[in-house]
Amino acid sequence: MAIMAPGDPGSAGDPSQPTPLLLGPAGGASAGTGGVTGARSLRRMTRAVTSNRKATVGALLLLLFCLVALFPGVIAHDNPQAEIYPRSLGPSAQHLLGTTAFGQDMFAQVVWGTRPVLLIALVAGFGATIIAMLVGVASAFLGGVWDGALGLVTDVLLVIPLFPLLIIIASYLHGAGTTVLIAVIILTSWSYTARQVRAQALSLRNRDFLNAAIVRGERALYIIVVEIIPTMTSLLVAAFLTNALYAVLFSASLQFIGLGNPGVTSWGTMLYWAENAEAFQTGQALWIIVPGLCIVALGAAFALLNYAFDEIGNPALRPVRSMRGKSVKRPG
Amino acid sequence: MRFVLRRLGFFLLTLWVALTLNFLLPRMMPGNPALAAIANHKGVISPQALKALEAQFGLNTHQNLVAQYFRYLGDVATGNFGESLTTQPGNSVAHIVLDAVPWTLGLVGVTTVLAFVLGTGIGIVGAWRRGGRLDSLMPPVFVIMTVIPYFWLGLILILIFGVKLHWLPYFFTYNITLTPGLNWAFIGNVLEHAILPAFTLLILTIGTWILTMRNTMITTLAEDYVRMARAKGLPGYRIMLDYAARNAILPNLTGFAMSLGFVVGGAILIEEVFNYEGVGYLLLQAVNNDDYPLMQALFLLITVAVLLAILLSDIAVAILDPRTRGAG
Repeated sequence: MAIMAPGDPGSAGDPSQPTPLLLGPAGGASAGTGGVTGARSLRRMTRAVTSNRKATVGALLLLLFCLVALFPGVIAHDNPQAEIYPRSLGPSAQHLLGTTAFGQDMFAQVVWGTRPVLLIALVAGFGATIIAMLVGVASAFLGGVWDGALGLVTDVLLVIPLFPLLIIIASYLHGAGTTVLIAVIILTSWSYTARQVRAQALSLRNRDFLNAAIVRGERALYIIVVEIIPTMTSLLVAAFLTNALYAVLFSASLQFIGLGNPGVTSWGTMLYWAENAEAFQTGQALWIIVPGLCIVALGAAFALLNYAFDEIGNPALRPVRSMRGKSVKRPG
Repeated sequence: MRFVLRRLGFFLLTLWVALTLNFLLPRMMPGNPALAAIANHKGVISPQALKALEAQFGLNTHQNLVAQYFRYLGDVATGNFGESLTTQPGNSVAHIVLDAVPWTLGLVGVTTVLAFVLGTGIGIVGAWRRGGRLDSLMPPVFVIMTVIPYFWLGLILILIFGVKLHWLPYFFTYNITLTPGLNWAFIGNVLEHAILPAFTLLILTIGTWILTMRNTMITTLAEDYVRMARAKGLPGYRIMLDYAARNAILPNLTGFAMSLGFVVGGAILIEEVFNYEGVGYLLLQAVNNDDYPLMQALFLLITVAVLLAILLSDIAVAILDPRTRGAG
């Protein structure tokens, strides 16, 4: 299956070689250590985050956004939707970022807007990764016809231009709310990770600890959950971070062109209203600059964490992998 | 040969999936979107177009789904995409689309080539001087580049170079007061209008080329034949270009072939931000106006472009790199 042209480092980017960080100890370990490996690799990751500066910055940024999303009311006291203030005010002590052309407090909008963005990022990132994991592992483990069928679905989804497809679906739905956005993003974005997972699962096929589990007569489900999945922790975490980043970019783009629900306060819809109110021409540059910077900062948090994990896990794979997925999936 | 046939089969299958999606999506959505479109645009849609719309979306028809499906496939095969409903009422969709394509090809196509050439060049030099200033600057810059939304960078450049500095125009494809024609004033005006969107696209896409080239280059530089070239005492630029870069460029070339497919639909948001009336801008216009026939045709065009590029790059690789032929 050579969607990624063979001879291209992209095909090497599918980590058919397990990452040494996690598999080194697991490979030769005796049967039943799968769970232990999972816990150990999580510990390693925690250590990795604190020892790598990129990871630390990314984690702190993400933590900050999570806090803002959890307690927006503590930070901004205004109702973000209420159109109660004089219009188009500049920044002041009462209105840190000024007010919009509709008389809403812009700071409150930015703060309250964090929640839907983060929700979309985390849920869509998680959902896409889970589907990818199920499809990828099932594909590798069941083999035969199943592998062929699932592989074909994955490959087809991989080459259909996603952003136009998202636009079309969202347009038929007439103003997609947060839930619909999440569902559509999940359904369209799992394919790349599924290929990675399949490749890695295939590379495990003849490992001793798997054969041991099979000989012991463990059930397929046990083998998949306890033996196979823990060895993929680093791949799955990286995939989650990438998928979350794309969910942020995709949803912001859709909301910007008015395909989200414009009534929801979020960074993308702020940009939509700002563009509609011609914020630049009326001297309200902050209305466009600030939500955009927030998107960049949240995206950077995911990207930095991802970058750091790659660096720690397998320096040789890192640049190639980030290349492939990113260039193809970017919303245009 | 078998490899090429397999890829061709995959191409046809994917094409069929895209066609079927186009057909099924509106029929699967809650409340037929065509009904909403008709309600939203009463009076704008001519009776004739209304009839076409009903046929296309399976309203008021006694045909069953299968018959509708084959009718749809037949229409596509004969290039009959119907009439635009609301964007340019009454005009044939194929005609509208063909008008928009050259603008996108010009803007995004030229920028893609430029990004490839510049990016590959920088990647070569970066890998050659590994650890140098250029090389150490790239990774952090690349992290930031991958997280900037296209449309937002476009807006920021508009703010700086358009609104604040008044250096460059940022609205529409050319100055509307000029009559299109083959004269220097008009051509200059078109180029001027393309600078900002092209620059936005260039900034955001060049990083990929730099990094792929740099990474393969680094692998290649460790090869024995490069060491041999050094041992022979060849001048540095010859080792860099003739020995390392020449062998490292294949992945970038195939990537380039593929990226040409993304030219058609690759800059939707940039075209939107700059009101640059290419394919992407047209798609969003169709979306905003519920102009479903136009929307479907554009989605198909964008998909086919990508699929064709992937097929061609696969074939190119099969020709250039014998190792892939057996693998399939």
